[in-house]
Amino acid sequence: MNQIKYRKMKNSIFHGVIFCVTLIGIVVLVILLADIIMRGVPFLTKHFFTNFPSRFPKKAGILPGIYGSVYIILLTILIAVPIGLGTAVYLEEYAKNNRFTKFIKINISNLSGTPSIVYGLLGLTVFVRTLGLGKSILAGALTMSLVVLPIVIVSSQEAIKAVPQYLRHGSYALGATKWQTIRKIVIPAALPGIFTGVILSVSRALGETAPLIMVGAATYVSKLPEGLNSIFTALPLQIYYWMGLPKEQFKDLAAAGIIVLLGILLTTNAIAIVLRNKYQKSIE
Amino acid sequence: MVKLVNMKKVVSLALGVALTVSLTACGSGTKNDNVGNTSLSGKIVIDGSSTVYPVTSAVAEEFQIEQPGVEVSVALSGTGGGMKKFTAGEIDICDASRKIKPEEAEAAKAKGIEFVEFEIAYDGISVVVNKDNTWAHSITVDELNKIWGKDSKVKTWKEVNPAWPDEPIKLYGPGTDSGTFEFFTEMINKKAKESRTDYTPSEDDNVLVQGIAGDKDAMGYFGFAYYEENQDSLKVLKIDSGKGPIEPTAKTIKDKTYSPLSRPLFIYVNKDKLNQSPVKDFVKFYLDNAEQLTQEVGYIPLESYDSEKAKLK
Repeated sequence: MNQIKYRKMKNSIFHGVIFCVTLIGIVVLVILLADIIMRGVPFLTKHFFTNFPSRFPKKAGILPGIYGSVYIILLTILIAVPIGLGTAVYLEEYAKNNRFTKFIKINISNLSGTPSIVYGLLGLTVFVRTLGLGKSILAGALTMSLVVLPIVIVSSQEAIKAVPQYLRHGSYALGATKWQTIRKIVIPAALPGIFTGVILSVSRALGETAPLIMVGAATYVSKLPEGLNSIFTALPLQIYYWMGLPKEQFKDLAAAGIIVLLGILLTTNAIAIVLRNKYQKSIE
Repeated sequence: MVKLVNMKKVVSLALGVALTVSLTACGSGTKNDNVGNTSLSGKIVIDGSSTVYPVTSAVAEEFQIEQPGVEVSVALSGTGGGMKKFTAGEIDICDASRKIKPEEAEAAKAKGIEFVEFEIAYDGISVVVNKDNTWAHSITVDELNKIWGKDSKVKTWKEVNPAWPDEPIKLYGPGTDSGTFEFFTEMINKKAKESRTDYTPSEDDNVLVQGIAGDKDAMGYFGFAYYEENQDSLKVLKIDSGKGPIEPTAKTIKDKTYSPLSRPLFIYVNKDKLNQSPVKDFVKFYLDNAEQLTQEVGYIPLESYDSEKAKLK
């Protein structure tokens, strides 16, 4: 009897503990968001979205940052997803399961944990200097693609692995080739998982600052980017700079910038989630 | 007589036409050297110190209104990072919170890059304590060295000055990558980057401000703008370098009586670029407007910019 009581007590204590642990994360997030919204919302005026940064907090805007960040994430997706998906398909469907393949897989997993500044250095040497792309959006997006590539590859691999074997067998049984099976059966079935990878990559690419600074992204630009060769700035750079200024009002401006960043992040992720749900349904 | 008058008219007319033509020709010949009258185009790439960044970006902001055709970008990878790019010829102008180092000048020379140095403003590194600190009002350079020196073991205020209380001293300062740190250690400890390390460092000066404002036993140092903006919650110490205690103010920093912690800020400009538009126009615009713009972002302008402008010729 005692034994049962003791076990039940243990059960409810543990229940309480994990509830509290969950609460810590949520409470901190709520406080952070409340603080940012309270400080930032008064600055979210129309001209904040249409102006360039200024030394006067009232006049300052974030337009070049929005342009730069949107350019970077779109290009990063365009570059990283095809390469990442291709790699994942090769590793899961074509590559022989030997030591070499294992070695590559382990290395890709390790790469996803590499500090992003390392990619920044690589980008500076390879894209900016050796390939002569200069401090351009293209160089920034290529560098950012390297940062997110491991995420795309690993999540696509997992998604492809999760596609039930009988779907492939059914396809082969109907006389389809391997490529037809991958294109018509495996990839559509894995798409939801692939989109999860894209969501994670977008979040990462949008928030990263260090690699962009290494590649030479500016904090002040006088013109909006006109093409892939333009110099650019990005939202996190602008926010970080405002945060460090002595005038208190710039910190509120930074909060407004954070709200914009969150807005873009949630919008792009919402698009990816909608697409994911659409494909999930069609498979079922 | 009539004929003569006519002749005169013809001559003056001819002279007038000739003059107009030659003037127009002159005008088109010197078009690129004109500032303000013509619309310029091109790119100006600037990088370097985060201390100088507020001034340069303010200049860029104003320059943009006058010359919307020019693409100006300002990055802030620090004086050291900016110098690396500058001496490799990758950027046109380098913002610097210190003078160029001999090895950096050497690197530029190896690449065949000549440069011109312009002083653009002053900053006074301010030594501050908590508002409730009733004992310390001024401090000598030797005392500062005693506190911040590399092998300093000072733990209480009393150890610095017997007149001060036996309270612990808590130190706040910029991180080791900062130009402020480099300058302070060079002036106080006589060797750049040599400092005790058991203090609370932060690359973000606002963190230092908050730390010192919330700790009665605290002492720290950072740029004058951060003290000026937070005067209500901080107390600044007068510095005595042997000529009596001097408080950092716009005047004492400008005339360098606030010594040794008054430091000049610079821009380094690639000489080839300086001879051409649009960098030439930008630098001229910079010096023309530096007096007002440096103050707006919290720095102290030079007494006169004439000697700097002279370098343009």
